[in-house]
Amino acid sequence: MIASIAAEGQATRPAPFGHALVALAKERPEIVGMTADLSKYTDLHVFANAFPDRFYQMGMAEQLLMSAAAGIAREGFTPFVTTYAVFASRRAYDFICMAIAEEALDVKIVCALPGLTTGYGPSHQATEDLAIFRALPNMTVIDPCDALDIEQAVPQIADHKGPVYMRLLRGNVPAVLDRYDYKFELGKAKLVRDGADVLFVSTGLMTMRTLEAAEELAKDNISAGVLHVPTLKPLDVETILREAGKPGRLVVTAENHTIVGGLGEAVAGILMRARAMPSGFHQIALPDAFLDAGALPTLHDRYGLSTRAVVEAVKARL
Amino acid sequence: MTAPAPSPRTNVSLAERAYRIRRNALVMGEVQGQGYIGQALGVADVLAVSYFHAMTYRPEDPYWEGRDRFCLSIGHYAIALYAALVEAGIIPEDEMMTYGGDDSRLPMSGMAAYTPGMEITGGSLGQGLGISVGMALGLKRKQAKNWVINLLSDGELDEGSTWEAAMSAAHWKLDNLIALVDVNNQQADGPSTKMLGFEPLAPKWEAFGWFTQRVNGNDIDAVRAAFDAAKAHPVAQPRVIIFDTKMCKGVPFLEEREITHFVRVDASEWSRAIDILDAGRPS
Repeated sequence: MIASIAAEGQATRPAPFGHALVALAKERPEIVGMTADLSKYTDLHVFANAFPDRFYQMGMAEQLLMSAAAGIAREGFTPFVTTYAVFASRRAYDFICMAIAEEALDVKIVCALPGLTTGYGPSHQATEDLAIFRALPNMTVIDPCDALDIEQAVPQIADHKGPVYMRLLRGNVPAVLDRYDYKFELGKAKLVRDGADVLFVSTGLMTMRTLEAAEELAKDNISAGVLHVPTLKPLDVETILREAGKPGRLVVTAENHTIVGGLGEAVAGILMRARAMPSGFHQIALPDAFLDAGALPTLHDRYGLSTRAVVEAVKARL
Repeated sequence: MTAPAPSPRTNVSLAERAYRIRRNALVMGEVQGQGYIGQALGVADVLAVSYFHAMTYRPEDPYWEGRDRFCLSIGHYAIALYAALVEAGIIPEDEMMTYGGDDSRLPMSGMAAYTPGMEITGGSLGQGLGISVGMALGLKRKQAKNWVINLLSDGELDEGSTWEAAMSAAHWKLDNLIALVDVNNQQADGPSTKMLGFEPLAPKWEAFGWFTQRVNGNDIDAVRAAFDAAKAHPVAQPRVIIFDTKMCKGVPFLEEREITHFVRVDASEWSRAIDILDAGRPS
């Protein structure tokens, strides 16, 4: 399990993105799939197998992939485009910016290996993708937590008119949110669990870590809530301000992303602009550095994303 | 196949169209005192044949689904395309006076959201052919018979993404795609061949799987014949026409300028250039 974000024995579902897209595409003939030699590694092969004539293999050419997606969107189709997050955010950025975002085209860019989800080193770790795409006008940015989030996000991002960047957890994806009264709603932050002492404001896979951390903290009579923010842009300012702006709680943001330009800084900005002062504020995020290669559980622990590290960070600040 | 659109002034020769496109470009250039005039004068014959011989469109309905798509990946050639779109009746003639001005639909670099007839935003080079590949794939999905035409420049061939798209077009057998390469051998820093040698050009495109022709882009009959051959080519493969053109064609005193990528034209010279062009107007 050196490369998995799922813990031993954790419930998972296989390829939630691929299956959700197939289910949706049965009713939506305008949906097509495109990839740059990574269908098997972005779960798009499920779609390719179901709809071979609606699948476009563009080769290992991400600039072409994004350009061609723009062209086919111009002809009235809704392409779901997959690659790794590093290649979309770094190599193909100008193409996404000028051909897709500036034109507000209906292209859904779904990218595997976001943040620290592989131990392959910086060539495969997109630790800055949220900052990059948050800064891009017209772009909607989604960082889902688990299989449920992905399954529910797929039809909603298809319904949304305009470009979307969605981070993808692939393969056997943990199923965490099923146990909570939760539904993904595009553009909304959701209070998954309430708590009196600490409020986690988390996104992506870090919401499963903050939920586990909240359980752990409860054993020490620390009451921690979790506000899940799957949509990074547009941010649900109202809900974040309502929950994180309440006085008396330690607010801890948590994201699988560099500390620069992600959720934590966005939440800090919201609070500062509203002059809302929590009793404390702490950001759990990756350091502003190129990260090590290695086994993923080790790296998550080293860089503070493991449940144990989250619990310790909170206890040290209470 | 869609019916040919009614074209205004159908008795007008292609040479006259090219003259008017050149004149429109000079008129707009004078408005701002600048513009990519050299490229516009050079490519005017290719645009005349594109809009008045090769392409199907409805001037009164620039977004008509049955139109052929003309993708300008070289956004800085916008003044050239505006000049053609005015002549084609897609942009009103009096709008030329807004060129490059505040709130104009004719910005200095071509953008799709601004201008009817401008299919893509092409200012960042190396994107147009990839977008054209996607459009050609989309048209095939719709079983539409329209052409996608992409005007590239020789400098744009420096961009690796152009060659990604070229490989892809052949892979997908895009016989509804025609690439036009304007070879005027001028880039921002000097002659294109000295920036990044691109010759031999025709064998490259052939090796990439394209039906390839290379003609004098300022010889209207040769340009027309090349378009006809490109459209009639029976093999399921994309088509490219490489046009060798002369920067500033039609205005000799500008043709002789050493630096023609962005031609310096003094205020007094615009009317002189138009006068020379008028004097050479085809009869």
